[in-house]
Amino acid sequence: MKYEVVIGLEIHLELKTRSKLFCGCSTIFGKEPNTNCCPVCLGLPGSLPVFNRRAIELAVTAAVALNSSVQLKSRFDRKNYFYPDLPKAYQVSQYDQPLARGGYLRVELDGSSRNVKLERIHLEEEAGKLVHSGESIMGSDYSLVDYNRAGIPLLEIVTSPDITSGREARVLLEELRSVLLYSGASDCRMEEGSLRCDANISLRPPGSEMLGTKTEVKNMNSFRAVELALNYEAGRQEEILAAGGAIAQETCHWDEEKKETIPLRSKEGSSDYRYFPEPDLLPLVLEEAFIKEISAALPELPAARRERFKKQYNLHSSEAILFTVNRSLGDFFEAAAGKYSDYNNLAKWVQGDLLYYLRESGKTAEEIDPQKIVELLIMLDQGQINRPVAKDLLNEMVLKGTSPQKMVRDKGLERISGDEKLLPIIEKVIDENSDAVENYRQGKDKAIAFLVGRVMALTRGRADPGEVNKMIKEIISRR
Amino acid sequence: MKLYEYTAANLSKLLRKKEVSSVEVVQSFLDRIELVEPYVKSFITHTPAMALDMASSVDRKRSKGEKLHPLAGVPIAVKDNISTQGLRTTCASRILENYIPPYDATVVKTIKQLGMPLLGKTNMDEFAMGSSTENSAFYPTCNPWNFERVPGGSSGGSAAAVSTGMAPLALGSDTGGSIRQPASHCGLTGLRPTYGRVSRYGLIAFASSLDQIGPLSLTARDSAMLMNVISGYDTLDSTALPEAVPDYTACLEEGVNKLKIGVIKQNVSEGFDPEITAAVMKAVALLKDDGAEVDEVSLPLTDYGLGAYYLIAPSEASSNLGRYDGVRYGFNAGGNNIEAMFSATRGRAFGPEVKRRIMIGTYALSAGYYDAYYLQAMKVRTLIRRDYEKAFKRFDVLVGATTPTPAFKIGEKTDDPLQMYLSDICNITDSLAGVPSLSVPCGINSVGLPMGMQLTAPPFSEGLLLKVAAFLEQKRTYFPLRPRVKLPQGGDF
Repeated sequence: MKYEVVIGLEIHLELKTRSKLFCGCSTIFGKEPNTNCCPVCLGLPGSLPVFNRRAIELAVTAAVALNSSVQLKSRFDRKNYFYPDLPKAYQVSQYDQPLARGGYLRVELDGSSRNVKLERIHLEEEAGKLVHSGESIMGSDYSLVDYNRAGIPLLEIVTSPDITSGREARVLLEELRSVLLYSGASDCRMEEGSLRCDANISLRPPGSEMLGTKTEVKNMNSFRAVELALNYEAGRQEEILAAGGAIAQETCHWDEEKKETIPLRSKEGSSDYRYFPEPDLLPLVLEEAFIKEISAALPELPAARRERFKKQYNLHSSEAILFTVNRSLGDFFEAAAGKYSDYNNLAKWVQGDLLYYLRESGKTAEEIDPQKIVELLIMLDQGQINRPVAKDLLNEMVLKGTSPQKMVRDKGLERISGDEKLLPIIEKVIDENSDAVENYRQGKDKAIAFLVGRVMALTRGRADPGEVNKMIKEIISRR
Repeated sequence: MKLYEYTAANLSKLLRKKEVSSVEVVQSFLDRIELVEPYVKSFITHTPAMALDMASSVDRKRSKGEKLHPLAGVPIAVKDNISTQGLRTTCASRILENYIPPYDATVVKTIKQLGMPLLGKTNMDEFAMGSSTENSAFYPTCNPWNFERVPGGSSGGSAAAVSTGMAPLALGSDTGGSIRQPASHCGLTGLRPTYGRVSRYGLIAFASSLDQIGPLSLTARDSAMLMNVISGYDTLDSTALPEAVPDYTACLEEGVNKLKIGVIKQNVSEGFDPEITAAVMKAVALLKDDGAEVDEVSLPLTDYGLGAYYLIAPSEASSNLGRYDGVRYGFNAGGNNIEAMFSATRGRAFGPEVKRRIMIGTYALSAGYYDAYYLQAMKVRTLIRRDYEKAFKRFDVLVGATTPTPAFKIGEKTDDPLQMYLSDICNITDSLAGVPSLSVPCGINSVGLPMGMQLTAPPFSEGLLLKVAAFLEQKRTYFPLRPRVKLPQGGDF
């Protein structure tokens, strides 16, 4: 590409509070329409907002986790506009005195990592949800509105125009989700609309300091959609510029079906929200100690965890990322690593077979006792069981929580090996299958697999196929 | 003396001594309403059955010997911008004509809990925007002292009801004078409390940073009794302050000796009705006679107060009134699409003064104008606050006229909004400063209209204001407490 891509994201996410931002109504998703409502979140005449302390705690938690500087004094403002999903005809938001300023997110991409800068973080209230009988509000016979979501606390995170590709935007969002999940501030469930993202994107000649004319891309409903939409839009802009055209400053809609960004007909002038300080709320004044307390209570965050996993357990970058993104799997690994020192072998089993069986069974690593995989791997390492048996035992362990040691004892699954136990069986198989032996001698390698299979069948899978293979060849060559 | 002629304090005594029942008291007021209301038009909604139910419930409790609040069984009228559960609350607007709130305002909850029967919801200027109650979408209220005159506004219905004995007490709301100005025009005591003293939860907002609920009554003691119950912190209102609530009736008898009184130069201005200025100065002389130290004080920013107020209040109003869009409750004009519905609903159901203020406010908050109008007005507001802080270093109480003229004629100012706005000139700066302010009667003019004196004190000094008002009341031998209500067709009540 002849141009440098410049992207800034505006991310909205719902904070994980039990009640709404300004009233005691429940935030539970999926209730009957208009049942989680009260005079305050319905904006009934005379009702007034009162801060939800938990929402402020979680917003500060998120800000601290994102390295943003929490302001000791911030203010709430009214953003005025008419829409049926907005019960008061204004949204209580923060305009020129946001909760937190600056910050950054560390993103790892193609083996290198860098900090993407954040502009600001602020708190605001969610609107209701409209359901149209037709395509849109103007083209429908009727529209229905559900205010269950109205007043749910939202955090708006604005990044600097510091992102350079659709892929980086996606990685940033994944990292953001990880950080917020770790800090406990949000569930970040995109499918429930608890995380939404709009983007501003423009192109400029490489090395230029000036920003080009930007377009705003909306309606990207998954991280993948963000990547695709921004790549598409960058391409669309490049074509226009390459043909000597100019970018119109407008809003584009990502069409998930067509996989295209479609410019919306731009309105004359921009909306005037007539922001002014919300007179029903006092300014939000935070104590230094309150912020410190939250800061101190933060758990280890993803970037630090990845680094630690790499160093402490000598893991690959991809393993460290997996054990961070899949937090319970990483926690499982760590718990087991406390009692089992071959970290690379453990990591292989955890990210391989264990993760496979977990996905198959729909379980999470939290449900599995790490002690049991340690038992299993020790038995394998000591040659008490063979690899196929170990895999079966692992599956049983995931499905039923059975102890591998007990299973081995109860079902007699110890590995059969060595001259004493294995030799008589092998000799028996060679004696009974002289055709196959003959075929092998004539150079048909497949015949050996048949013989190994017979031995495995007779040992009910408890022999080591490699060992069996080796011993068969030896015996045949000696005869 | 008929029961409806008693003050709330005296009714309270009679009830506690069991000399009368609450049902008898309520019935007396209901009878009075039946007689007078057709001429005065104080109420938008009458609630006789509710009032009698509450009264008999209180009577039952009293006969069982339950401990009751002093105001239990004393009826009250409530301005129709204060939400009442299950009872329509209209703000005197077509847009809320059939709106029935599903919840009680905090003050309403309080008065219900302690057993005050609600007589009805009183008339007002639409959304409390006005100074004459002529902006009611339903009908104007008459001044009981002279039916051709306005009772003041916007709490004109509450004022006229108390003045005529249709209620012993009333709740009003004051944004820029809406309790004090009608109190002065109707010969009552009306108190605008410190901003944050009384919960606004359930008060339908006009201008959130200025609105306060307060009492209108015949006497300072009655207002004090009502203040005792409506004041205080409320977890539902972030702007209600947690300051302790004193017993406002405790210090009423103390007198004014050694009080430092500042006469606000701008509020006894040469442009004012000379009879009013004279009446105020006569009251000041009474204070002086009793040992108060009196001096003149200038609040030079008063001149900018009106301008600042008429930017800040409409700005907030333009936002507060956005919710009346026909989607959830209230009037809905229908329409082919959402924008048409919004426009038709708001276009048809808001009155002209409300529309005017929405337009002023929308303009003042618009990009490009915000700095020059809203922000500038907020700066003036800060300076006005400082003006007061400075004045209160020298004085305990500031005084002046409540209004520049007595009650004007119905229709006199309806075509001239600026003249109408000027009738609140003395009240507005107190509102902007957030300080408590009270109007107390100070005389009857030569054509038989009451005149009021406004007293202002530092935040949370309502007790001091009531004390001074009570003192002036005791000295008040030169005019009657109530009008003789003269009927248009002759005769009187």
